Amino acid sequence: MDTNVLFIFILSIFIGFEVISKVPSMLHTPLMSGTNAIHGIILFGGILVLADAATPLARTLGFVAVIFGSANVFGGFMVTDRMLQMFKKKKK
Amino acid sequence: MSSTIALIIIGVAVLFIIGIKLLASPKTARLGNLVAAAGMLVALLTLHKPTGEYVWSQGWTINYTLIAIGTVIGLVIGAIGAYSVKMTAMPQMVALFNGLGGGAAALVASLEFIKPDRVITTFIAVAMLFATLIGSLSFSGSIIAYLKLEGKFEKPHTFPGQNILNGLILLVILGLCGWLAFNASAGNATTAFIVMFLLALFFGIAMVMPIGGADMPVVISLLNSFTGLAVAADGFAINNLAMVVAGTLVGSSGTLLTLLMCKAMNRPVTNVLFGAFGSGGGGGKAGGGDLGGKTVKPIQADEAALLLGYAQQVVIVPGYGMAVAQAQHQVRELSDELGKRGVEVRFAIHPVAGRMPGHMNVLLAEANVPYDQLCEMEAINPTMDRVDVCLVIGANDVVNPAAREDKSSPIYGMPIIDADRAKTVIVMKRSMAAGFAGIENLLFYKDNTRMLFGDAKASLQTLITQLKAS
Repeated sequence: MDTNVLFIFILSIFIGFEVISKVPSMLHTPLMSGTNAIHGIILFGGILVLADAATPLARTLGFVAVIFGSANVFGGFMVTDRMLQMFKKKKK
Repeated sequence: MSSTIALIIIGVAVLFIIGIKLLASPKTARLGNLVAAAGMLVALLTLHKPTGEYVWSQGWTINYTLIAIGTVIGLVIGAIGAYSVKMTAMPQMVALFNGLGGGAAALVASLEFIKPDRVITTFIAVAMLFATLIGSLSFSGSIIAYLKLEGKFEKPHTFPGQNILNGLILLVILGLCGWLAFNASAGNATTAFIVMFLLALFFGIAMVMPIGGADMPVVISLLNSFTGLAVAADGFAINNLAMVVAGTLVGSSGTLLTLLMCKAMNRPVTNVLFGAFGSGGGGGKAGGGDLGGKTVKPIQADEAALLLGYAQQVVIVPGYGMAVAQAQHQVRELSDELGKRGVEVRFAIHPVAGRMPGHMNVLLAEANVPYDQLCEMEAINPTMDRVDVCLVIGANDVVNPAAREDKSSPIYGMPIIDADRAKTVIVMKRSMAAGFAGIENLLFYKDNTRMLFGDAKASLQTLITQLKAS
């Protein structure tokens, strides 16, 4: 493990704090939902382990991980979009 | 890792950061979500194995067929969940998706850990153990949070010594993790690992069960950031930078969001997690004595309609009751009707009204209430003295003056919307049942308060009809 990854990790912590500190509370639910979709990137983790799976057990668990991750990422972005498409200004 | 891949990953990270940033403003929020989704797509198309090979150029094996099938199944589950869920059930859906993400994070780490003849450093072992522990407790905890919001065992489940028992379980889990970190290749490591996994699943349940339904938003937000951290740890474990960045961003922003939510309720996060607030035990009696012989004053819909129709300034305070009654469209209709008569209508949104921060905004947005009519608590409170009628629709604890006046109240010190400062307060409520905190609401007994009993949707419909007729 090279220290570059740790470096990126630490910087990401600060960026995460910085980008959300100015969010109005009305957008907290969509924000939670949106960040929830972003951690759906775990789908790729599932894909990577399943691609190299060599035993039936690894295949089964990897398959479940891919389903879970895929539901997380697709469902997450879609439900966030559904929430946000309703935040429209009234047409006068 | 070639420099091209590194550049692409930087691009992906930037897309995620810009996405979250855009999500922070109502005008650009939808675009922000799409930008983040675009980042995800780029990351998928450029996915590389830890060893540096491009995932999609390997020979097509049974594993790839399974990847394709699994992704499609997840896509279908996600789409059905996202598009069929009612707006009022949104928080549950987020909890569920979050739980699935946590479960996936735990499985990925587990598979890497129990993989035969792998060689890992202690650092990587710790990352895997962390992802397994946090991911699985996020999985089981989110399922419990989901069930609680669905109305199953909504009340906190507590018993004496519960925190001590949970603490002991956590100690055992941490002990196992500590041992496994240095003995990852020992003969009985897999057994110890499975025990740790199961205990972590159980700990997720034990952690969320004692927490009342009213605190579920905080719990979901916390578990969301947990899953983010688990994903980041997985990124370390399988050497995927995009996962480290995305997971960490979610972990830190989710932690901050959780703290903001606790701040809005004026309670430290430890109090939410270990206080078993909302049990109604001690809180139920608080303030009861002062009420003495005071009674509430009911009002009929026709009189309420008159009060509203001839007011200059009306503030509507929506709460979870509005969500339950699905009354957001009637609320908007009422507000439009009043607007036509020259009444200035504003909505006062408490940061923790409903089951999630922003829950009310989402519902009102669904009903096409323009967001410049929505005011945050801090903005509206200084103007409450000039308000003629404050209409409270299914909100309870967030307008309870006990938070200001009654030092013995469990919610003392929580910031509230000062509904009682309006000239007249009309509270729409189904019955005199207490709110989630399980305490009496002093507002109902104030001299300027009138209670309009009944289902919020039906009452609003009557109000609208009366207004149109007059």
